[in-house]
Amino acid sequence: MSALGAGFLFGIGLWLSGMANPKKVLGFLDVAGDWDASLMFVMGGAVAVTAIAFRFVLKRDKPFFSETFHLPLKKSIDLPLVAGSALFGIGWGIAGYCPGPALTALSTLSAESMVFVAAMIGGGILHRALEGKER
Amino acid sequence: MHDFTPISALAGGALIGLASVWLLAADGRIAGVSTIVHGIFSSPRDRWRMAFVAGLLLAGFAWQAAGAPVPLRAGFPLGWAALAGLLVGFGTRMGSGCTSGHGVCGLGRMSLRSLVAVIAFMATGMLSAYVTRHLLGVAS
Repeated sequence: MSALGAGFLFGIGLWLSGMANPKKVLGFLDVAGDWDASLMFVMGGAVAVTAIAFRFVLKRDKPFFSETFHLPLKKSIDLPLVAGSALFGIGWGIAGYCPGPALTALSTLSAESMVFVAAMIGGGILHRALEGKER
Repeated sequence: MHDFTPISALAGGALIGLASVWLLAADGRIAGVSTIVHGIFSSPRDRWRMAFVAGLLLAGFAWQAAGAPVPLRAGFPLGWAALAGLLVGFGTRMGSGCTSGHGVCGLGRMSLRSLVAVIAFMATGMLSAYVTRHLLGVAS
C-alpha cells in the first residue's frame, strides 16, 4: 500500500523536524518567550518540495495507482474557512499538537497524546453533527 | 534563542514534502492529516486513509526503536489537552484542513484559500500560546 509508505515517511519527517515535540512547537508559537524559529524551516522545506514537485505530478493525466486526482474544489474565502482555522490555531497553541504530530505521538503511549487524539476525533464528529442539524 | 535546529527542521520538512508528493503522485490524494482522520469516521470503507494513519504510527514506533531522542513532556494538564484536541478537531473540520493540508499541500498548490487558513491559524496559534503560557500559566 503506497499510502502506508507515504504516512511512514511523513511521520519520520515529523520526528526529525521537531514537529512531533510539542514543547518545540510551543517554543515556536510563543514569540514572546525564548523564541525558537526552527519550525519555520519545516514549513519552508516542505513547501519548497511540494511547490516544485506538485507541478510535475499534476501535469500527468492520472496518478499511478488511481483513476483521478482528488483535489479540493472549493475556491471561496468564506467564514467557516477563517473561523475554523482560527479555532484550530487556538487548540494548537494550547497543547502544541496539530493532527499529524498528535497521531504519531500516540506511539509514545503518553496520556496527553491519547486524550488529545480522542478529543480531536470527537471534535470532528461534533462538527459533523452540528452541520447536519443545520440542513 | 537556544534549541535552534534549522538543519534537522529543513530536512524533516523536506521529508514531509516528499511524502505529500508521493501520496499525490501514487494515489492522487492530498496529504492533509485532519481531513484524512475525519474521513476515516465519515467514509470508513476507504482503506488508504487507515493505511496513511498506520504509517504515521509505525514511524513513531520505528523512531523509538532506532533509539532516536523522544521528547516526553511530563505534567501537561490533561484537561487542557482535551480542550485543545476538541478545538483542533472541530476547527480543522470546519476550516477544511490543518498544517499539512492547508500548509504543506495547499501552499504547494498556490491555493489562496489555504494561504488565508495558514495566516489565520498561525495568528491564533501564536496568540493562544501567549495567553495560555504567560497569562494563564499553563505548564508546558
